[in-house]
Amino acid sequence: MKKLHTLLFSASLLMGVAAHAQLKVEIAGVGSNQIPVAVAAFADESVAPEQVSAIIRADLERSGVFKVIDARQTISDTANVDLAAFKASGADALVVGSVQRLADGRFQVRYKLLDTVKKSQLSQLSDAVSARNTRLEGHRIADDVYEKLTGVRGIFATRISYVKQDPAARDYKLVIADADGEGEQVAAHGREPIISPSWSPDGTKVAYVSFELRKPVIYVQNLVTGQRTVVANEKGNNSAPAWSPDGTRLALALSKTGNTQIWVVNADGSGLRRVSSSSGIDTEPQFAADGQTIYFTSDRSGGPQIYKMSVSGGQATRVTFHGNYNISPRISPDGKTLAWISQRDGGFSLYAMDLASGQEQRLADGATEPSFSPNGKYIMYATRGGGRTALAVVSVDGRVKQRLSTQAGNIREPSWGPFMK
Amino acid sequence: MRNAKSVAFIVAAAALLSACSSTKLQEAPKVEEKPVAQAPAPAADNREIRPVETATVDPLNDPKGVLANRSVYFDFDSYVVRDDGKAVVENHSAYLTKNKQRKVLIQGNTDERGGTEYNLALGQKRAEAVRKSMAALGVADSQLEAVSLGKEKPKATGHDEAAWAENRRADIVYQ
Repeated sequence: MKKLHTLLFSASLLMGVAAHAQLKVEIAGVGSNQIPVAVAAFADESVAPEQVSAIIRADLERSGVFKVIDARQTISDTANVDLAAFKASGADALVVGSVQRLADGRFQVRYKLLDTVKKSQLSQLSDAVSARNTRLEGHRIADDVYEKLTGVRGIFATRISYVKQDPAARDYKLVIADADGEGEQVAAHGREPIISPSWSPDGTKVAYVSFELRKPVIYVQNLVTGQRTVVANEKGNNSAPAWSPDGTRLALALSKTGNTQIWVVNADGSGLRRVSSSSGIDTEPQFAADGQTIYFTSDRSGGPQIYKMSVSGGQATRVTFHGNYNISPRISPDGKTLAWISQRDGGFSLYAMDLASGQEQRLADGATEPSFSPNGKYIMYATRGGGRTALAVVSVDGRVKQRLSTQAGNIREPSWGPFMK
Repeated sequence: MRNAKSVAFIVAAAALLSACSSTKLQEAPKVEEKPVAQAPAPAADNREIRPVETATVDPLNDPKGVLANRSVYFDFDSYVVRDDGKAVVENHSAYLTKNKQRKVLIQGNTDERGGTEYNLALGQKRAEAVRKSMAALGVADSQLEAVSLGKEKPKATGHDEAAWAENRRADIVYQ
């Protein structure tokens, strides 16, 4: 209980730091075996518009992997540090750094990661960034700390897309934000529903479904130029776009034959061909990491279940067997884990399955529309609460949960973007 | 809402009527005064009849007509046109077979429960059931398109059985 209080306290401190946050981070659980890391304030960091050390601290805390210790002092990357003292305070590693305003208006951000046990330097970065990219630089440093201490690439500098809607006002937005919910930017805005955004593997485009032509039509939008391409506007429904891992093709659900079936099309809209052939519903295609297998939802056995089949067609193999309603398959980037939504005991829950063993784990309740983080360690999903939908994140082991709640509006349909260069 | 639609219809119909009559007036022969000195024109045959078409109201625009009902309702987890929806399907099929230039979008809907894309596919099944019934009654394929709005555009915004029943529906939308 005491631990919980401490956590809630530090979580509220974090919220104080991110006072203008578009989405609030609420930590509802903690991971075991957290790595204790001390983060010092960076020398002269007040010259930059964002407090870099606070961003790093918030990111590391949010991951659930670290026990973040406030160093309660400013330590520059050039300072001689008494690492033994930090070891004594319980920290295995220490983050120090500095910020300097350059003559051209940019900021030089330097950081070092120090090992208090081996009394050595684990990593360092030095980047000159524009004022608006100081937040991003904080996320990049947090990614570096995460990777050096866990061996897994961090996702703090990645972005997410989601739909923000106010149906009563007929207001629908496709929004892009940082993975922590900061820096919201509207990519598309209209008076008809937008659903099913899917981020291209290179991070420059988002495919989505818009109802602006009074029916679902699939568009691919270049986020940088704003250019939109109609990828599929066939007779009937056009929906559920999903990119191939190499970004050259999209799997789709089309109803041009009467019933909803899986099709594949080139990213420019050419070369449309049918993949599945059943007499019922086949929808929600997802490419596996190998680019050769497609997982999808089908009602061929009655209720919806998850199946897989070759992208070149042929026999489908059933993947889910428990429960009468299994939908929205998502495959982890390493291809080993299936995340999906299952209706059991009335409610909709997020499940994960180890594909090799078939072992299932229930990760979260009241969940729809899951999306894996690019490092495969987290799953974002839409959740209902307080009469509206918001986003939440759970670690794939189910130990760390965060709710990203909003001040206003319904947020749904998250798609976690890829690693960016 | 329905009253507003009726008023809009009456205004539109009135506008249409007045537009028609003014056109007819312009087409009527003009009376011209001519000098008396000229040779008298041959007298018009005052027993001649020039027929005029009266304005007809498209039954589709009759707010009290059978075509005003454009919604077909479905039972929970069902994709079969119920008996109470058959008249709606028959009336619109009869109109479409007589008016082959008209096209309709059949928009299927679902209640709010369940996944976005799976609901979209379920709504499609409802729209497709209506489309097939209309095709069986002789409506040309080129006049029909079955699509789905899934759970995205609920007519009833509540979260109870009454709202869900209202949203398990396919609408016939004229284009």
